[in-house]
Amino acid sequence: MVKEYKTITSVTGPLIFLENTENIGYGEYVNINLSDGSLKRGQVLDTSGKRVVVQVFEGTRNIDKNAYVKFSGDVLKIPVSYDMLGRVFSGSGDPLDGGPKVIPEARLDINGLPINPYKRAPPHEFIQTGVSAIDGMNSLIRGQKLPIFSGSGLPHNQLALQIARQATVLDCTESFAVIFVAMGITEEEAKYFISDFEKTGALERGIVFLNLASDPSIERLIVPRIALTTAEFFAFNYDMHMLVIMTDMTNYCEALREIGSAREEVPGRRGYPGYMYTDLASIYERAGRIEGKNGSVTQVPILTMPGDDITHPIPDLSGYITEGQIIVSRDLQRKGIYPPIDVLPSLSRLMSKGIGKDRTREDHKSVSDQLYAAYAEGKDLRGIVSIVGKESLSKSDKLFLDFADDFEKRFVTQNSTENRGIADTLDIGWEILSKLPEDKLLRVSDELIGKYMRRFNNAPDKADQI
Amino acid sequence: MTCGVINLQNKGTIYRVSGPVVTATNIDAKMNELVRVGKEGLFGEVIEIDYDKTIIQVYEDTSLLKPGDEVTTTGMPLSVDLGPGLLGSIYDGVQRPLPKLSQLMGEFIKRGAESPGIDREKKWEFFPLKKKGDKVNFGEAIGYVNENEHTKHFIMSPPNISGEIVEILEKGSYSVEEVLCKLDNGALIKMYQRWPVKVPRPFKDKMIPNVPLVTGKRIIDVLFPLAKGGTAAIPGPFGSGKTVTQQQLAKWSDTKVVVYIGCGERGNEMIDVLTEFPKLVDPVTGGPLMDRTVLIANTSNMPVAAREASIYTGITIAEYYRDMGYDVSLMADSTSRWAEAMREISSRLEEMPGEEGYPAYLSSRLSSFYERAGIVLTLGGKIGSVTVIGAVSPPGGDFSEPVVQNTLRITKTFWALDSNLSQKRHFPSINWLESYSLYYDSLKEWFESKVSIDWDRTRSEAMEILQKEAELQEIVQLVGADALPPDQQFLLEVARMLREIFLQQDSYHEVDEFHSLKRQFSLLNAIIRFSRLGNNAIENGIEIDKILKLESRAEISKVRYRKDFENKIGSINETMSKEFKVLLGEE
Repeated sequence: MVKEYKTITSVTGPLIFLENTENIGYGEYVNINLSDGSLKRGQVLDTSGKRVVVQVFEGTRNIDKNAYVKFSGDVLKIPVSYDMLGRVFSGSGDPLDGGPKVIPEARLDINGLPINPYKRAPPHEFIQTGVSAIDGMNSLIRGQKLPIFSGSGLPHNQLALQIARQATVLDCTESFAVIFVAMGITEEEAKYFISDFEKTGALERGIVFLNLASDPSIERLIVPRIALTTAEFFAFNYDMHMLVIMTDMTNYCEALREIGSAREEVPGRRGYPGYMYTDLASIYERAGRIEGKNGSVTQVPILTMPGDDITHPIPDLSGYITEGQIIVSRDLQRKGIYPPIDVLPSLSRLMSKGIGKDRTREDHKSVSDQLYAAYAEGKDLRGIVSIVGKESLSKSDKLFLDFADDFEKRFVTQNSTENRGIADTLDIGWEILSKLPEDKLLRVSDELIGKYMRRFNNAPDKADQI
Repeated sequence: MTCGVINLQNKGTIYRVSGPVVTATNIDAKMNELVRVGKEGLFGEVIEIDYDKTIIQVYEDTSLLKPGDEVTTTGMPLSVDLGPGLLGSIYDGVQRPLPKLSQLMGEFIKRGAESPGIDREKKWEFFPLKKKGDKVNFGEAIGYVNENEHTKHFIMSPPNISGEIVEILEKGSYSVEEVLCKLDNGALIKMYQRWPVKVPRPFKDKMIPNVPLVTGKRIIDVLFPLAKGGTAAIPGPFGSGKTVTQQQLAKWSDTKVVVYIGCGERGNEMIDVLTEFPKLVDPVTGGPLMDRTVLIANTSNMPVAAREASIYTGITIAEYYRDMGYDVSLMADSTSRWAEAMREISSRLEEMPGEEGYPAYLSSRLSSFYERAGIVLTLGGKIGSVTVIGAVSPPGGDFSEPVVQNTLRITKTFWALDSNLSQKRHFPSINWLESYSLYYDSLKEWFESKVSIDWDRTRSEAMEILQKEAELQEIVQLVGADALPPDQQFLLEVARMLREIFLQQDSYHEVDEFHSLKRQFSLLNAIIRFSRLGNNAIENGIEIDKILKLESRAEISKVRYRKDFENKIGSINETMSKEFKVLLGEE
C-alpha cells in the first residue's frame, strides 16, 4: 500500500515535515524522489493526522518542497543472503565493491526483535584473541558484547584488527565470520581496515559496511542495525559464529544527538537524548546465543571517549549495557607499550563462565586474580614512590613495584602480529609472579603454585640473584 | 466535537504515534486504565487526558501503528494475577510468562501476544481452613494449597471482600478459575485474584523493623545490617558489582520469597539467574532456590513502557506473599533504568523537565515505591514483611545525581559500591567508610541476645580501627609507613586483616560465600582479639615483626574457607593465647 505525497512543508537538518497526509504508520520506510531525479530514503519518526516527521538517511541536501515522498506501508527491511560474505557495502546496504546487488534469501526488519530472555543460552565459550591482556585478564566469550573504550589517537583500530585476525575458539572448527561496521571513520582509516582484511584473507570470511566521515551522519543510525540484522541472519540461519566489530560508536551517538536536537526534543545529559540508553541497548543487546541454535553474535564495539573521560554519557551508558569493557590507556601508550590496555579498570563480566578447567586451564582464574591484585598494589606503590622516594619502601614493596613494570613490559606488551596462545599467556603470568614472595600470593593455592610456578623459581636468572 | 453532548465511548481512534506514546481521540478512558491499541490489540495505559485527547503509553513496539487505527478501553487498570503458580515463574514487565511467550512465538519476542500470568488450567490440591457458616474478614485465609514442597500458599479473600460463608468446596483438586467459596453477600472467592499494580495492597498496621535480614555477607550483616521490612539502596558505577551483590542477596537472604526484578538490564545476566537458581539450594528450606523466587525480566531492549511497569508488577507480587504472613525480599536491578523509562515517557509527553531531564514527579514516584516496603500486621492478622533492595546506576558513578539523591532520602540503608575496590578485586566492593545503616540501633538488641552479648562492642572496635586506618593512610602517603610509631603500624596491619579477611568475601567459594551470624562474629572476634593481645604485647615492648609472624595470624586468614570453621576457630583462639603468652615470656 504505497502512498505518495508532495506536501513537504519544512526541512530542518536531517528531518522533513509533511502535512495533509493520511494514516501513515509509525516507523514506516520512505522513498523521496527529488526534482533532480535522485532518490533518498528515510523513516517516519512521528505521525499524526496533521503532520508527519521523516528522518532522511542520506541527508536532506537538495530536497525542496517539490519532492515526491513515497510511504511504503512497511518498516525498513534489508535483503540478506549467504552470498554477502566477502563483500563491501555502503552504510545503507548498497554494494560498494562493484559487485552485483544482493539477491535476497530473505528481507529482514533492521530493528530486529528482542531475544526472549528465557530462550537465551548462557555464553560460556572462550574466544582466544591471542592478546594476553584480553585473554588472560578480561576474556572474551562467545555471545558477549565487550567494547573497547579508547581515545582519539590511540591504536584501537590496530587492536580491533588484531582481534579480528586472530580470534579463534579453542578446539573448534565451526564456521566463523567477521562483520566490520564503520561509522563516520575517515576514508584513510577505512582503507587501512580493508587493505588489512584483504592482505590477511580475513575478507573472505567477512562482510564490511562502510559509512565514512563524508557520508551523511544520519546513515550512521541505520548501519549498525543493518550489520546486526545480517549477523543474526548468519548466526541463526547458518549456525555461524559472528564477530561484529563496530567503530566508532561515538559517531553513532553524535548522530543520535543531531536528530534529537533537530526534533527539538528535551535534551538529557550533555545534550544527548534521554532515550540514548534504550537506543544503545537496542544495538548492544543484539549480541548473544539462543537455546537450541548453534550460532552466536559477539560484539566488539569501539568508542573513543571524548577527552578520555569515562564518565562522559557515551562510554557511561555503554558501560551499563555491555558486559564489561577493555580500556585503552594513553599513559601506557606514552610509555610505548602495545597494546596499551589498562587491565585494572577493564572488565569482562562473562569471563568466569568461560575459563577454567576444560575450557582454558584450571589455574586461569587464580592467576588472573593474583595478577590483578599484585599489579594494583604495584601501581599504588608507584604513587607513594613519587612522594617519598623508593628508599623508604620495604623489601617486599620494592618487589611489587618491579612487578608492576614486569607486568606491563612482559605480560601486556606484545607485537601487533603476535598471536599468543592462552597457555603461553598464563605461563608468562606465573613467571612474573614467581619473583614475588610466595607468602604474599594469597589468591593462588599452594597446589597451583607447586604445579605451575615453582619451575620458574629454579630458573637461572633467579638463582643468580640469590 | 459537538458541545454539550455526553457520549460515552469505549472505542476511539489513534491521532498520533510518537515512539511508545500514542494519542487517541474520541475515547472516554479513565486515568491509568488499560487500553488495547491497533489491530493487534497492543496493551497500553492511559497516562494523561487532555481535552479530547487521551495519551497512552504502549507496552509493546509501536511500529506501523497509524492514525485512524482503533483504540478500545478495557475498564480495568493494569493489574496482575495473584495466585498459586507465581513461585518459580519468569515474567516480562507486565506479567506475561516468558516460557509461554517462547512457545507462542519462538526465540524472539514479537508483539501482540497475550498470556495470563497464572496458568488457568493447572489443578491445585485445595485444603479448606474454614467451613460453612464461618465469617471471613477482609484478606483472611480460607484455605491453602501447597505451591511447592516448602511453601503453603494461602488462599485469601481479596482485601475488599468479607462476609459469611454459605458454601465452600471440600478438600480436592481445582483449577484457579473454579469458585472455592461463596459468601452471603454474593461475593465469590477463587484461588486467584487480580490487583491493580499501582495501588499498594492494604494492611492493618505497619510496625518498626527490628529483626535483621540475614544475608550471610559479613560486611552487610555486621557493619551495615538491613532489617526485615526495611529498604536499602546499592548505588555504584558500572563494573562495581551491583548485579553480583543483588544476585548474592537473592541467593542468601533468609526470606520465604524472593522477587527479583531485572529492570532494563542485560539479557545475559537474566539467563545467568535462570540457569543458576534452579541448581542452587535455598538456605532456608533446603529446596531448589528457584522454588522461592519470582523473576521479572524486562531487559534493556524490551519496550520501555513495560520497563516502567515491571517495578510495580514486582512489588505487588511481593505484597501478596507478605499478606500470607511471609517475609519477602525484593531486589530491583536497576531503579535508574526505571527512572530513565519515566524520563523517556515524560519527554515524549513534552512535560516540563526537572533536574537532568527527569520529570518533576521522580522523587514522589521513588518514595511511593520504597514506601511499599515494611513489616506489617496484615488484614488477615498475620505478620509479614517486604524488604526492598534497590540498585542505582548513577551516570559516571556520580552520587550527586537525582536518582541517587532522591533514593537516599527515603532508604535507610546505604551500601556504597566503590569502583576502586572492585578494580582491586575486593568483593563485595562496599565502601565501609561511606556506607551506613540506620537500622543498626534497633537491631543491636537482637544481635546481642541472639548471637553474642559482645556483638556491639566488637563491631564498634572494628569500625574504629577502619576509621583510624583511613586517617593514618593520609599520613602514610606523605611520610611512609616506617615513620609511624609501632602501635599505629600495628593498627594498619589489623585494619588490613579486617579488610582482607573479614570484609572481603568470595562469592564463588562454597564455604566463604555464606557465613552464618555465629561464624561472622567468631571471625571478627578472632581478629579483634588478635588486635587487643597485640596491642598489649607492643605496650610491653615486643617487636611488631614478631607479632606479625605468629602462626595464629596466618591461620585466621585461611579459616574462612574451611568447612570445619567452628572447630578451627576454637583452636586458633587457643593457639593465639599461647603464642602471646610465649612472646611475653609468661610461659
